[in-house]
Amino acid sequence: MVNVYVSTVLNASADTVWSRIRDFNAMPQWHPGIADSRIENDQAADRVGCIRHFHTRDGGMIREQLLALSDFEYSFTYEILESPMGVTNYISTLQLTPVTDGNRCFAEWSAEFECAPGREAELTQHIGQGVFQAGFDALKRAYG
Amino acid sequence: MLQKVVRSTVIDAPIERVWAVLRDFNSHDQWHDVVEASRIEGDERSDQVGCIRSFTLRDGDRIREQLLTLSDAKHISTYCIVEATVPLQRYVATVTLKPVTDGNRTFWHWEATFATPPGRERELRDMVARDVYEAGFANLRRHLQRGADLRASSSGGAATMTMPTALPMPTRRVAVHRYGDASELHVEDAQASAPEAGEVRIRQRAIGVNYLDVYLRRGCIPHLMPLPGVPGMEAAGSVIDIGAQVTGLMPGDRVAYLGPMPGAYCSVRTVPAEWIVRLPSAIEDDVAAATLLKGITADYLLRDLAHVGPGTRLLVHAAAGGVGQLVCAWARRLGAIVLGTVSNEEKARLARARGCEHVIVTRDYRFADAVQRACGGADVVIDGLGDAARDENLAALARRGHWISLGQASGPLAPLPPDALVAKSLTFSRPVVFDYVTTQAGLAERAQRVWNALADGTLPAPLIERYALEAAAQAHARLESRATTGALVLIA
Repeated sequence: MVNVYVSTVLNASADTVWSRIRDFNAMPQWHPGIADSRIENDQAADRVGCIRHFHTRDGGMIREQLLALSDFEYSFTYEILESPMGVTNYISTLQLTPVTDGNRCFAEWSAEFECAPGREAELTQHIGQGVFQAGFDALKRAYG
Repeated sequence: MLQKVVRSTVIDAPIERVWAVLRDFNSHDQWHDVVEASRIEGDERSDQVGCIRSFTLRDGDRIREQLLTLSDAKHISTYCIVEATVPLQRYVATVTLKPVTDGNRTFWHWEATFATPPGRERELRDMVARDVYEAGFANLRRHLQRGADLRASSSGGAATMTMPTALPMPTRRVAVHRYGDASELHVEDAQASAPEAGEVRIRQRAIGVNYLDVYLRRGCIPHLMPLPGVPGMEAAGSVIDIGAQVTGLMPGDRVAYLGPMPGAYCSVRTVPAEWIVRLPSAIEDDVAAATLLKGITADYLLRDLAHVGPGTRLLVHAAAGGVGQLVCAWARRLGAIVLGTVSNEEKARLARARGCEHVIVTRDYRFADAVQRACGGADVVIDGLGDAARDENLAALARRGHWISLGQASGPLAPLPPDALVAKSLTFSRPVVFDYVTTQAGLAERAQRVWNALADGTLPAPLIERYALEAAAQAHARLESRATTGALVLIA
């Protein structure tokens, strides 16, 4: 089981950032690596159990199912149903926590998954830096 | 009705340091101003769950609190008031730390629930929030900035662990045990020695990757990096502690360094103080690591070696590379006519955006005709290409031109006989940046010009590709693939 954990501090309140990222279908609007996204079967994006079907900018197709959503804890959890990455049992959580000292929030994005032996470092780099940190960098730029 | 207070902050120190202080249930009289004196009752240790700390506040109040939970795995400490002369009832508090991986900082979350006498809810909530939690954040921040947690402890209860004087600290690093390709870079654990006189120990957050690191790894310059060796010439981070006779630097200061000896591919490093420059708050760690060596290279090349000015015809190879982009932009600002070579169209667009007036796209080192047609020959060539471009470089130079050989990516230059230069009265230089930053003052002066140039837009904000320190081999492979269009930085 591989664990990836990336965290940062964003210069906006948890409410502000949450309103931007809460929408399970909105990644193309805030993550530079995502080209397009739709929710399958016309479900609402905050219906737990809905599936997002999206493409990354390098052409990969990924389907992920929303497992949990909390407006109280500012978090959501999802699992990968299909992807070109070669990972299995991939579950990820994105969570925000207010930093009361200044108008900021602490953001954590983590994943655990399995993969073929020898691929751990490559996938940790790709997911941790290429997906999670890249998303956080875009949010950091958005909030100065 | 139970009251709840939640406060949180971000501390600019790694979670290991913050937790080392906060897991010690009796440390608070050393860093929290509101605490006068504290001891652990009986002969229990301060990390023994169930132990009780008995302490007095500056205003004379007395409190006894019991440790209920301690988790080194999740950095959690929960405790409750057993009895107190302050009217907080059923008071249970939890301290939780989480790592901020982006910047190696710490998120500190402190909350409590408690009851109060009727009518005093607001007053006591404010007291806990402000005088205990917010003051605690500021006090511990200051304590860590002073490096007080790293020196011998002066006071503390019987059960406090004595803090040692500065000891080696563990570090991750990337080492080479055999010269060769990128797969010879291995991640290992090591120790960063305590700083001696004139030295400074740095918690590194961003490390610059330069083509020089590739030459070191390949064994092209064995005297500079003998085996086993750690590559890397520059990094940015903050001061952990300083050795004797170091002035002008304090623990916590944000700094970057550039040194003539490699070893930067690590998370903690002890270096001579004269390698160090302070970082302005506007320059982030990864920007500093991406631009210090390259920016200083551009600075000495253009100012002191090539004397580039208005009308100078300057040819820059690898114009879209880390150094190339800075040289093109800065030379353009100085009024030079800038020509560049790149290996594909995407890089050509980037080079043009950076101030390159004439861009030549070539994958096989042919550019001399294009240069002659565009401007009649180059007055200065800044060349990182090496032997494969040797004849083309000679052909591209104008009379009295200056060929500056910075690097030799395609292979070492075969010896140049004087006859090769006489035909056009050429000058040939083979500079090394460290001969242009021989004093700390000189280094600081050049670095300041680089920071100023970034601030006023003369130099564009660098395009940075980040790799984890552990992925240094991938970063090298990427650099050698000729696919990069910016600066590579390792994040520790």
